[in-house]
Amino acid sequence: MQNIFKQEWFSRLIDVMLPVFATLAALGVGAVMLLLLKVNPFVAYGAMFEGAFGSGNSIAETLVKATPLLLVGLGICISFRGSVINIGGEGQMIIGALLATQMGLMFTDLPGWFVIVLALLMGFVGGALWGGIAGYLKAYFGVNEILTTVMMNAIAVQLMNFLLRGPMIDPSQAQLASKIPQTARLLDAFRLPRWMPTRLHLGFLIAVVLAFLVYILLWRTTLGYRIRAVGKNPDASRYAGINVKRQIVLALLLSGAFAGLAGAIQVYGVNYRMITDGSASGFTGSAGFNGIVAALFGQLHPLGTIPASILFGALLVGANKMQRVVQVPSALVIALNGLVVVFVVSSDYWRRKRQRRRLAQARIEEDDEPDEEPGAASPAQTEVVA
Amino acid sequence: MTANNTLPSGQTRIDTLEMSGITKRFPGVLANDSVDFDVKAGEVHALLGENGAGKSTLMKVLYGMYHPDEGQILLNGQPITLNSPTDAINLGIGMIHQHFMLVETLTVSENVALGLPSTRGPLTDLKRVSERILELADFYGLKIDPDAYVWQLSVGQQQRVEIIKALYRGAALLILDEPTAVLTPQEVDELFVIMRQMTEDGHGLIFISHKLHEVIEICQRVTVLRDGRMIGTRSIAATTKSDLASWMVGREVSMTRDLVPMKPGEPRLVFEEIACNSDRGTPALRGLNLEVHSGEILGLAGVSGNGQRELAEVATGLRPATRGRIILEGREITHLSPGVITDLMLSYIPEERMRDGMIRDFTVAENLILREFQKMPYSKNGFLRLKTIDSHSEGLVHAFRVKTPSIETPVKSLSGGNIQKVVLARELSRKPRAIIAAQPTRGLDIGATEYVHAQLLEQRAAGTAILLISEDLDEILAMSDRIAVIFEGQIMGIVKRGEATPEQLGLLMAGVKEESEIA
Repeated sequence: MQNIFKQEWFSRLIDVMLPVFATLAALGVGAVMLLLLKVNPFVAYGAMFEGAFGSGNSIAETLVKATPLLLVGLGICISFRGSVINIGGEGQMIIGALLATQMGLMFTDLPGWFVIVLALLMGFVGGALWGGIAGYLKAYFGVNEILTTVMMNAIAVQLMNFLLRGPMIDPSQAQLASKIPQTARLLDAFRLPRWMPTRLHLGFLIAVVLAFLVYILLWRTTLGYRIRAVGKNPDASRYAGINVKRQIVLALLLSGAFAGLAGAIQVYGVNYRMITDGSASGFTGSAGFNGIVAALFGQLHPLGTIPASILFGALLVGANKMQRVVQVPSALVIALNGLVVVFVVSSDYWRRKRQRRRLAQARIEEDDEPDEEPGAASPAQTEVVA
Repeated sequence: MTANNTLPSGQTRIDTLEMSGITKRFPGVLANDSVDFDVKAGEVHALLGENGAGKSTLMKVLYGMYHPDEGQILLNGQPITLNSPTDAINLGIGMIHQHFMLVETLTVSENVALGLPSTRGPLTDLKRVSERILELADFYGLKIDPDAYVWQLSVGQQQRVEIIKALYRGAALLILDEPTAVLTPQEVDELFVIMRQMTEDGHGLIFISHKLHEVIEICQRVTVLRDGRMIGTRSIAATTKSDLASWMVGREVSMTRDLVPMKPGEPRLVFEEIACNSDRGTPALRGLNLEVHSGEILGLAGVSGNGQRELAEVATGLRPATRGRIILEGREITHLSPGVITDLMLSYIPEERMRDGMIRDFTVAENLILREFQKMPYSKNGFLRLKTIDSHSEGLVHAFRVKTPSIETPVKSLSGGNIQKVVLARELSRKPRAIIAAQPTRGLDIGATEYVHAQLLEQRAAGTAILLISEDLDEILAMSDRIAVIFEGQIMGIVKRGEATPEQLGLLMAGVKEESEIA
């Protein structure tokens, strides 16, 4: 009985759909929580969908939320392909944003387009620097990059708090007793163009274009080849003449750069100033972490990360709407997001396991495949000696 | 053979096990075509065949991992059904896998106890396990320390742990899947002693191999499979090595290589007083001198661990030399990086091809440019030129007869012989000036070995200097113009082709130097 579950295409389809199933499963568990709160899950999820895709404006909001996820996710695609784990997206976003903001505050008499380009560039550089430090420490001193990137997040937050309370504080706030830790507002000329009347800004388009560029980088350039080679097998890479340490630094550098750019775009496209509530997520909205999930969701493929980020953006926007409509505590919304993350990350583990099993199966069949070498095969001499 | 029906381990003997008319189909492949196979208590029955001949399928059927589509299995004349390896184990059938199933960070007794119910419920009963291990070890003459950690053991000792594990679980009949593939010659001898003891005690053994001399040495009967079909079963006494080889391959196989006499050219790859350390920091090479000439194959023989690996790594720039010089075509390459040495046209066929020679997850095409991807014509201004790479790869896959579904297939899904062909294609197609080939045919079947040898001989004819490092003395004797023997990081002596005998080489390999015999 050769059923469709054994078919190759079906198996691949399952792989691609796994994150979607995982999301649905997470929503299923969320439904139980909603029921416990005496809320009709259908109404709640209806509101969620409405909030994310219900109107032109809600779609725009979804894409606004997706933008930093996509940018961070692109960086994650690069570093994870190089077998370097970058958990420092939060810090890299902050440093990138700080540097970019400073450009807008300093050069108020330069043309708008010039400052925007400069700011985004500096955001890129700032994130690269912050990621690169962790990369350098890993490559040349063997320091675990998970540790350093997480720690550098903490440093970045404190640096932001210090700068926004002191050197970079809005001069008008400095006069007031409240002293809200925020920078001055950027000039109107420095804002990224918007698709009026929504908040959708040019940053999303930039992110999508960059996704294609990252794809080209990873699979069409020697740099991408080197990063992937080192990620898959450092020994063979070294023997092939690749400087392994340099690729590790580059992978984290590039990864950080995209997160830094995400931070810069967040300031120039959405907030127009930096403001802190003392935490990293107050500025990043946890995009530095959620971007990792989006990238994994997109199976570490830059193009796959585009729909993955949009889905996550939708989840964030939709959850807000759900909260307003059915009046559930915000903790539930956070829990729901957490559930989706856990389910999707676990499903990736499942996908890898399936892949391994399929490979093992293929190898068994290969093993047993008769040799097709066209030799002058004589007829079988079947003689049995007792 | 003991008259009664029990084995020293206390288990009941399996007098006969018969597999008859076993047929197993996979989609598009007939892996076993009505194969008969049987094994009796007290004998070693060899199952011989090339990679892909259907040996592993047949044994997986016997071990309960596959269901046969047709045919039956009789144990002591009674038909049995095997639904899982657990069924097989319960009936006294054990299997020693080629790749050990051991947890390195656990002790021997912990490994043996793993997966078995404890007599003390949730608590472990390692003391009892240890006692039983010592008991079994005593019966079978297996020296093993139950409290040793597996990572501390040599490969041969780990294999003994696997045997103990099977015996502990009550195996009366043992399937040994290419047990000698990972062993040194000495360890092979020790394994054979154990195997003889076991058959004397009434165990039945199935020995899977494609090494003919081992089959002839240890087995009483041999069954040859080819393309999933049974070619025949014979007693070892009634057969010869070359018979078996031609049965296996389906044509005449020459066991010797014809080396066209060549006038050796200039010394092309020269080692002068070279010294280096091992991974553990102890001296591995101690002032080694060697000259490989253009157009010759210099065979480097030696017991494993005498500096062969380090020599290859020093020459390719992967390991720093502490002293001495290495000269390639008159140019010193001692402290150059692997990439630069590559560019000077030194090719390397690494011993650990999956670790050093290949990126498993990369496609065939990507692996074929591993050495040259940064150069024209494969890339320009930092961009890969996919069209050139593809046509280059298609060409090599064709020229080197690599069996792969496409050049976009990841190499990890190719068979061992085909992976080595990819390495050869990459290393030899660049027209190297010198080649270091480390264990180039290890783990390959006869057909693939012949192919690798032919390729090396072609390079020799083209005037390349070839250093052939091998632990297979037959290979060294068949392929080399001159044979150098390495012992404790120094060359013990160099013998010319035709003047070398295995005995003489064996003495040199053991570090015994006879002044008169140094050429």
